[in-house]
Amino acid sequence: MSFNPKHILGIKNLTADEINFILTTAESFKEINTRQIKKVPTLRGKTVINLFYEASTRTRTSFEIAGKRLSADTINITAASSSVVKGESLEDTARNIEAMRPDIIVMRHSASGACDYLAQRLHCSVINAGDGTHEHPSQALLDAFTIRQHKGHLKGLTVTIAGDVAHSRVVRSNIYCLNKLGAKVRVTGPRTMLPVGIEKLGCEVYYNLDEAITDADCIMMLRIQHERQGKTLIPSLREYSRFFALNEDNLKLAKKDAIVMHPGPVNRGVELSSSVADGPQNVILDQVENGVAIRMALLYLVAGGEKLQVN
Amino acid sequence: MKTLIKNGRVIDPANKIDAACDVLIEDGVIQEVATNISVTADEIIDATGLLVAPGLVDIHTHMRDPGFEYKEDIISGTRAAAAGGVTSLTCMPNTNPVNDSCAVTQYIINKAKQQGSANIYPIASISKGMKGEILAEMGDLKEAGCVGFSDDGIPVTHGELLRRAFEYADTFSMPIVTHSEDLSITGSGCMHEGDVATELGLQGIPWVAEDAGTAREIMLAEFTGGRLHVCHVSTKGSVDLIRHAKARGVRVSCEATPHHFTLTDEAVRGYNTNAKMSPPLRSQDHVDAVRAGLADGTIDAIATDHAPHHYDEKNVEFPVAMNGIVGLESLLPLSLRLVADGLLGLNSLISLLTVQPATIMGIDRGTLSVGAVADIVLIDLEREWTYTAESLHSKSKNSPFLGWEMKGAAVKTLLAGKVVFER
Amino acid sequence: MAEKILEILDLDGVNRALTRIAHEILEKNQGVDDLLLIGIRTGGAYLATQLQKRISEIEGTEPPLGIIDVTMYRDDLGSRRDLMIGQTEIHVPVTGKKVVLVDDVLYTGRTIRAALEAVIALGRPENIQLAILLDRGHRELPIRPDYIGRNIPTAKNEQIKVDFDAQNIPQAVHLLRN
Repeated sequence: MSFNPKHILGIKNLTADEINFILTTAESFKEINTRQIKKVPTLRGKTVINLFYEASTRTRTSFEIAGKRLSADTINITAASSSVVKGESLEDTARNIEAMRPDIIVMRHSASGACDYLAQRLHCSVINAGDGTHEHPSQALLDAFTIRQHKGHLKGLTVTIAGDVAHSRVVRSNIYCLNKLGAKVRVTGPRTMLPVGIEKLGCEVYYNLDEAITDADCIMMLRIQHERQGKTLIPSLREYSRFFALNEDNLKLAKKDAIVMHPGPVNRGVELSSSVADGPQNVILDQVENGVAIRMALLYLVAGGEKLQVN
Repeated sequence: MKTLIKNGRVIDPANKIDAACDVLIEDGVIQEVATNISVTADEIIDATGLLVAPGLVDIHTHMRDPGFEYKEDIISGTRAAAAGGVTSLTCMPNTNPVNDSCAVTQYIINKAKQQGSANIYPIASISKGMKGEILAEMGDLKEAGCVGFSDDGIPVTHGELLRRAFEYADTFSMPIVTHSEDLSITGSGCMHEGDVATELGLQGIPWVAEDAGTAREIMLAEFTGGRLHVCHVSTKGSVDLIRHAKARGVRVSCEATPHHFTLTDEAVRGYNTNAKMSPPLRSQDHVDAVRAGLADGTIDAIATDHAPHHYDEKNVEFPVAMNGIVGLESLLPLSLRLVADGLLGLNSLISLLTVQPATIMGIDRGTLSVGAVADIVLIDLEREWTYTAESLHSKSKNSPFLGWEMKGAAVKTLLAGKVVFER
Repeated sequence: MAEKILEILDLDGVNRALTRIAHEILEKNQGVDDLLLIGIRTGGAYLATQLQKRISEIEGTEPPLGIIDVTMYRDDLGSRRDLMIGQTEIHVPVTGKKVVLVDDVLYTGRTIRAALEAVIALGRPENIQLAILLDRGHRELPIRPDYIGRNIPTAKNEQIKVDFDAQNIPQAVHLLRN
């Protein structure tokens, strides 16, 4: 098949074939990351701008390395938090950047829908590096890639996602992605962190962590950001970790060969005990490593696709 | 000066008239409504095939004048009103300066009289500066021409102040007009809390935020015996609370907007900032409840909450976009859909758009009674047209209905017997 | 649809050409020491496997074999419909090796240019040689093969197609015209 996306805005509108195509493409790029000279000339002459309205060292670095390994010129712009504060609208900022003729803008923004907004207004390609609490497609793809690496496939697997589902962009993209690839998704957390109607996106909802992880093949723990998500959702991190942290004991409820994932950065002792975070079942660093390959694949596919639109 | 409107179908709910007859106007005042009036008129308007109704009365608008004339002013706003068949409107006090003084009230009334195309009856603020601290000078404001008091989008949170507002306003037989919402429940929400918000990853505004506000305000009205008008009800709970309150004799009235009985939260998909408003567009069950409230008479008026915003204020990320849409020019065709849907008879609908809202605000308009000021609209019920930004007379074009095919339009609007709009 | 107009090599022809190339490679490199065969995905990789087999039969020692995908090094990303990218599998260091690049058809030379860059990105070989089953001319770059199965002059609207069976063993070579 061929897949020439102009933008990568979310997983929702991708087909299973397209997702698999991205994962397969990423397999080829993964090899480069193990070479002594980790660079190919594929995107030579392409300009990739990482426009980050929110600090995210991990995702930004991953996209930056991905771009550089493909020989693209990668520029990072860290912008003020919102257009209102800054006095310049997102459209004006984006148009100014576009006037410098980048080929791809990779954007992280605190507002859900900001990447759709950008894509509707610009001629260059847009890759969503996380918009508000909406989608984070590259994270979901690297998660699927990592599961596939460890389990060989996703079909029929049970994946449990635990934590602040309401304020997570990772969850929405993962629910779409995992469903499309045939996995079964469970979400769990205190009710304050489970948004109304989440089950309609394709998951089972649990209020009890033990039940949610029983016989799971894969457990994804979400980062709790107590300071950012409002203090009304949980009484304290201490209590949260008592009822919703993954530790050596409750991990035994999952399948013996279950893998433990985390989009990072990990709050040790909050959502994940150190023994699990460092334990044999954790694949957290594989996720990070695979993130580069996935983002190389996205940049490659979008760069090829973008040009095709012009021809 | 005599004007005769001939051959139309006259609907005047106040006088229970729905008949083919003529209307005679002399010096801006209605002289006679009867079949085959034969008189030598200076001007004859042929209303064959048209509906002749009292000019529409919209008791919820924002004219943005003074202070935000880049969004709308009294000239453009009343022109939009006339184009929509609206001859009388109230305007909310969230101007700059806030309408909490006779000076601002008189500025608005005078500007409308001198340069406007519709009558304006200002609603003044409940509290000085809409700060929720001290009552505005309600007696003075009534004398200056205000018809009600509201802090609109910034609901009074201070319980005692609101209690006193009901009591003090009632001293002058004036209603307290509320945007009923407990903002502490709303939090940082920017659309209706439900499946769509969850999918789009937007923070939700739960329906209980509106219900809690409505319940509190009904209780205060009941306790004080004051008069309450609840703006733009949008939830099942609000409609139910008002229905029950009315049944036990609470002096409460309410309005619904065309967007709340026409659209659901699905309209937000694509992060459409023109579908962002407060209260937010709700899910279908709430829309159905509002429509039921219109059908059974719980809801007393249809009002637009005409809220013009500049393009730049809507052309932003969804969570930071301004709330509200323009509504004066879509009021009539969207309301007529209720008749087409079989929810309301035409007479009931005209009543919801004229005499009922006028009565709530104590405005002596909305009828074709002999001796009344001749504010009249001629409506072509069959006229089909497209609602586009170019077709709007308002300065602002923020509407989720752009591109909609509409049926029914005001083709001639008369203000005190004088044609102020014609299409 | 392209139609087959001429059979250039039949099964015997292909086998004779491959066997001869295997001998030539051994002769030029004086055996298999430091030899590394690298086939270009996909046709070149299949042919390289055949050469490896023949060299092993002749010499009694099997030279290492790698497969390279040159998509990442192409100069025409963007004008290509198919964005499929394959994996590179070379499990021995290329530095110091006598690398024989293997491809099925040599045409403009752009694929070979990309392959040269791809190999050099992995290390510094002692030298790089080029083995080709079919050379159809129309070079756009200064590239010359060291080992040639058959030269065949073609027109630009023609194609050369090497047929492989289900086991990826070459069966014949045809000239096609659009």
